[in-house]
Amino acid sequence: MTTELFTGAEMVVKSLSALKVKYIFGYPGGSVLDIYDAIFQQDEIEHILVRHEQAATHMADGYARATGEVGVVLATSGPGATNCVTGIATAYMDSIPMVVLAGQVATSLIGNDAFQETDIVGCTRPIIKHSFSCRSLADIPDAISKAFYIASTGRPGPVVIELPKDILIPQNKGPFSIETDIKIRSYNPNVNGHPKQIKKAVQAIARAKKLVIYSGGGIVLSDASELLTKLVETLKAPITNTLMGLGGISGTHEQFIGMLGMHGSLEANKSMANADVILALGARFDDRVTNNVEKFCPNATIIHVDIDPTSISKTINAHIPVVGLVEVVMQQLLDELSDINFSPDEVALTLWWQQINLWRNVKSMSYDQAENEKIKPQRVVEALYKITQGDAYVCSDVGQHQMFAAQHYPFAKPRRWINSGGAGTMGFGLPAAMGVKLAFPDKHVICITGDGSIQMNIQELSTCSQYKLPVVIVTLNNRSLGMVRQWQDMVYGGRHSSSYMESLPDFVKVAEAYGHVGIKIDHLDELEEKLTQAFNIKDRLVFVDVMVDEKEHVYPMQIRTGAIDEMWLKKGVKA
Amino acid sequence: MRRILAILMENEPGSLSRIVGLFSQRAFNIESLTVAPTDDNSLSRMTIATIGDDKVLEQIVKQVNKLIDVIKIIDITDRQHIERELLLVKVTAMTDKSRNEVKRITDIFRGNIIDIGKQVYTVQLTGNAEKLNAFITALQHETEIIESARSGCVGMARGDKALRI
Ligand SMILES: Cc1ncc(C[n+]2csc(CCOP(=O)(O)OP(=O)(O)O)c2C)c(N)n1
Ligand SMILES: [Mg+2]
Repeated sequence: MTTELFTGAEMVVKSLSALKVKYIFGYPGGSVLDIYDAIFQQDEIEHILVRHEQAATHMADGYARATGEVGVVLATSGPGATNCVTGIATAYMDSIPMVVLAGQVATSLIGNDAFQETDIVGCTRPIIKHSFSCRSLADIPDAISKAFYIASTGRPGPVVIELPKDILIPQNKGPFSIETDIKIRSYNPNVNGHPKQIKKAVQAIARAKKLVIYSGGGIVLSDASELLTKLVETLKAPITNTLMGLGGISGTHEQFIGMLGMHGSLEANKSMANADVILALGARFDDRVTNNVEKFCPNATIIHVDIDPTSISKTINAHIPVVGLVEVVMQQLLDELSDINFSPDEVALTLWWQQINLWRNVKSMSYDQAENEKIKPQRVVEALYKITQGDAYVCSDVGQHQMFAAQHYPFAKPRRWINSGGAGTMGFGLPAAMGVKLAFPDKHVICITGDGSIQMNIQELSTCSQYKLPVVIVTLNNRSLGMVRQWQDMVYGGRHSSSYMESLPDFVKVAEAYGHVGIKIDHLDELEEKLTQAFNIKDRLVFVDVMVDEKEHVYPMQIRTGAIDEMWLKKGVKA
Repeated sequence: MRRILAILMENEPGSLSRIVGLFSQRAFNIESLTVAPTDDNSLSRMTIATIGDDKVLEQIVKQVNKLIDVIKIIDITDRQHIERELLLVKVTAMTDKSRNEVKRITDIFRGNIIDIGKQVYTVQLTGNAEKLNAFITALQHETEIIESARSGCVGMARGDKALRI
């Protein structure tokens, strides 16, 4: 009997099929043409042709964030691969499972500065979870299978696989087999929290008079929001979310006190500052949360639950570190709480909530919208919330509009808020939204963006036409790089150096040129009507260009070098 | 504070660059680094001498451990351990006096003269970093050092303790 032989390119596709991949986001080129040829000759996996490789990475990323599956990218060697770098960094910072297949020149040419040779493994080394350099046919299935395993387990992250041309070509064939039950002796992510630490954590929680639960992206990534809600309701304590953690608990839950950090709510930051115990769940004390670490929550005992030991005590010292999968650890905490017959100290809780409600009553997210004046960006987000009833996938770019979206769209569910939090990558929003729409064609998928950010990947409007991806793009058009200008107003004496977007295109016409629908909104009284109209068009992409007040700043805002709760509420008004 | 870290990792292309990259990416210090395959050829063992306070050290150990290729890392500084480094040093040995002095110092430090040229001696010495430093200083008093090469230290815990899979 003869075994069937396959080319490397066929092995790539067969491996991806075996791993149940539905979509590859990519762009062809010399080194990967054999893979494209293999893709052409099968119909299990669909390839989505983007217009720029960066968009392929963000699209795969958005797809991964919305579904929890691994996003797959294919790019050619050299510039194709380097165009992926920003998207890989973006996924890395937010711990998104992604596998990037990058072509490479033939093994005999590696190191010769051959045409389109770039050491992509070297380029991406600091921004990946792991990488594989395949050097023979037989390496391919193993590398792909391991890459998926590594990308999606433990703390997820991007994995790069380099595939030289000569191991893909038809002249070179070998038998194919793939092991999908992976074990790697040097990689064994923690699962359970250490029982001693769980006991310690519960003791601290039971003694607390002013407990705050602070949860992050880890809850969303591990689909642990039901358990989180159960824990929060058992403890009856306030919960705040990081930018990445929004939707981890319903934004309208009565114990939810809003996002914390730089543009978080006053009540969230005040509660943290005054807490005696902080229970951090899948969050990493990012500098956009803590503000000045020297002044960070001096009276709090910090319990830090995270899958990644390096996140613990990196910036803020944890008194009770617990390394483990957050959903497993939360169940351990719930079990231990029930073992000790935990019931919260009602007197202390009442006092604590009274205090928190005073902060809440300040209404730190409020803004002034006069009837005959320019549309406030916050109002646009509120209108979107109303129309979609809080059930849309909201993908955002980076800038003021991102913060307004985070502040004013209370997310009912996890995986609905899709933004580049760690890297802050402008240009992320549209391709990410496209990835989400591909996964959930029947859901509302909105891209809230800015006049600056949208132009960083606007070419993808073409991809949207090709694959019929009717996302709703809403530009909070303030004719400027608003977030930059805000800092220039606050820190640089109002000198607007290069923060204006002069010569903006007519976005309605741009949309139309790509075969989409464009709608411009200028006045407040047409806002809801025209937005509703946009959402009623189901089968076409609608680009809604909303002219908003360019003077609006994002408030509240932490005061630089201050404590977590030192904030500007409005211009010149400190909390 | 100076620390000696022993690392056991997969002997694969790219493993070394990941470690070195990590140290520069996170602004960790490397005083010396040595690496070679172990008796089990699928594994490499690395010794890194580094400097940092407890907080930095904790991060280094955790970050290195997080690398997929790394099997184990231990900080051997605080336990009883053996630390050795190899020094090769070529010195001027033109006069009888300098030849005698080099020979004498080498004997005191229990090194070996392993090569001679027309006007030079090459000396080999093993020991910990401190001993090697002292030897170099002693030589400098008596003669001129033409070149020197140090291996960086390798380390191992004493007694039954072992770093293995
Ligand atoms: C790729 C990239 N370049 C630069 C920045 C710095 N940056 C952050 S926000 C911002 C302005 C964004 O402008 P726009 O998209 O119009 O959003 P707005 O703040 O006006 O809502 C800039 C330039 C960034 N985050 N990403
Ligand atoms: Mg703008």
